[in-house]
Amino acid sequence: MHGRGLTKHYGGVPVVDGVDLELRAGECFGLLGPNGAGKSTLIRLILGLAPRDDGELEVLGRSVPDAIRAIRARCGVVPQQDNLDIDLTAAANLRVYARYFGLGGPAVEARIDRLLAFFQLADRRGAEIEALSGGMKRRLILARALINDPELLVLDEPTTGLDPQARRLVWQQLRRLRREGRTLLLTTHYMSEAARLCDRLAVMDGGRLLALGTPEELLRWYVEPYVVEVPLDGEDFQPLSQAPGCRLRVTGDTAYLYTDDPGPLVDRVRTAGFDPPYWRPANLEDVFLGLTGYELRED
Amino acid sequence: MAPRLALAIPHGRSVAVWMRNLRVWRRYAVPSLIGNFGEPLLYLLGLGYGLGRFVSGMADMPYLAYLASGVLCATAMNTASYEGLYAAYTRMTRQDTYGAMLATPLQVADVVAGEVAWCATKALISGVTLFVVAGALGAIPLAGLPLAALPVVLLMGLTFGAMAVLVTTLAPSYDFFLYYFTAFITPMFLFSGVFYPVDTLPGWLQAAVVALPLFHGVELVRPLFSGELPDPLAVHLAVPAIYLIGAFQLATVCLRRRLLV
Ligand SMILES: Nc1ncnc2c1ncn2[C@@H]1O[C@H](COP(=O)(O)OP(=O)(O)O)[C@@H](O)[C@H]1O
Ligand SMILES: [Mg+2]
Repeated sequence: MHGRGLTKHYGGVPVVDGVDLELRAGECFGLLGPNGAGKSTLIRLILGLAPRDDGELEVLGRSVPDAIRAIRARCGVVPQQDNLDIDLTAAANLRVYARYFGLGGPAVEARIDRLLAFFQLADRRGAEIEALSGGMKRRLILARALINDPELLVLDEPTTGLDPQARRLVWQQLRRLRREGRTLLLTTHYMSEAARLCDRLAVMDGGRLLALGTPEELLRWYVEPYVVEVPLDGEDFQPLSQAPGCRLRVTGDTAYLYTDDPGPLVDRVRTAGFDPPYWRPANLEDVFLGLTGYELRED
Repeated sequence: MAPRLALAIPHGRSVAVWMRNLRVWRRYAVPSLIGNFGEPLLYLLGLGYGLGRFVSGMADMPYLAYLASGVLCATAMNTASYEGLYAAYTRMTRQDTYGAMLATPLQVADVVAGEVAWCATKALISGVTLFVVAGALGAIPLAGLPLAALPVVLLMGLTFGAMAVLVTTLAPSYDFFLYYFTAFITPMFLFSGVFYPVDTLPGWLQAAVVALPLFHGVELVRPLFSGELPDPLAVHLAVPAIYLIGAFQLATVCLRRRLLV
């Protein structure tokens, strides 16, 4: 996939604002960003599900929207909102969806069996959709997205709303799909998910890509190796701002001190009369907060 | 990017949309079929037997046969309208069935075509049901060409299905459909010659009725019931066909504007 200057406005406001993005065959690419960053809109542009206002776009070597039918035949899509067909059973959902691709017959039936087993849904094949748990529905949507054996899999928040067990199962399956050589594009706001699954990441906010690289590169480029977290409890954080060799960020009731060397800093914070701080290696969440800001988003 | 002003032509794949609806319908076919009998049977019994006592015949036909030929078209209109309004609106909004379809190779025109074809299929199912009921009541003159009426039922189903889907693509809520029925479907039902000849109406109303599709359906079916060819055949076919093609094109544009934004 290859996009240049992708742009989309809603009501005169740019929601995707000149995005350049290139996916390499066989990689797992993660799109991170707070709510309202424009991730879903970017994905809809890439899939030709929303007309773009500007930019050039090729997916699987074909141009969007001219070759959209051929492109879609080779893509699998997991939408942000569940849209299983509630008038049909679990297996019938896959069977009918396969028909939309012009696929049917014994080969599809065998594939349905394999997909239901792969996502641990074999005992639910005759179940009504409303009788499935949130995690089962999400897995069934993943199975549905694979019915046409896609080369490119596009997943919009595949694990949002899942419990930790279900999320791990989905991760395991996504890693397996990547090993099979499929290209994956996923959005998430779970940093741990991005760190575990993705070869490369982009952090998106306000319709722009703020940073793009491997998880290691993002950590190296955008944040110091360690963080000292100081619980504030309503205290004034001004005394901390004079601490040497560190960068201070405050959100809510916690101060974050980013540093190369946490030892002396911890002592200093303690002697300054604050509650005992705790330090840890910086992670993608710190990169994310650093790039997109520490304020609460309403959206 | 500039919108394209080409005519929308559905792909053969739209059959998959039709098949999806057929598969769902088969799960609830029995209650749905029983429901189909109800209303047309009431019209035939209530009006046919009741009024038939006072009206010996109309247009040289027994009144029951006259009524059956009109109610056949009206039933097709109602069945296709309900399917294309309420059921399609649910698929478009609450169930996001169209959203799921459009993430596959299916395009908007395919979805609309599959839905319209399904509306017509349901119209045909209720038409056949009515045929059986009316036949049992002796309302269908076997001397005529009654089976030739079924393609007309299909045409009515396609036309009113396309119009209903168009209204659905514009509807902000289910309440909107009541306006469509009150302003359009019910007046057509009452004034298009289903119950009595149109030439009893004032001239301006006749002109309006002739410009609408249901009248032409009735004008196609009624002669067939008495073994004659409709006249002028081309006009009675062309008016519904124009509504069908126009509504299909507009529905495709409107659905695209609604879903692919
Ligand atoms: N169809 C639409 N009409 C108007 N505004 C929209 C539409 N879709 C998205 N938006 C707006 O665009 C912004 C980005 O939305 P979205 O792409 O869903 O963000 P994300 O997926 O990153 O949470 C939001 O402010 C949202 O309200
Ligand atoms: Mg989103």
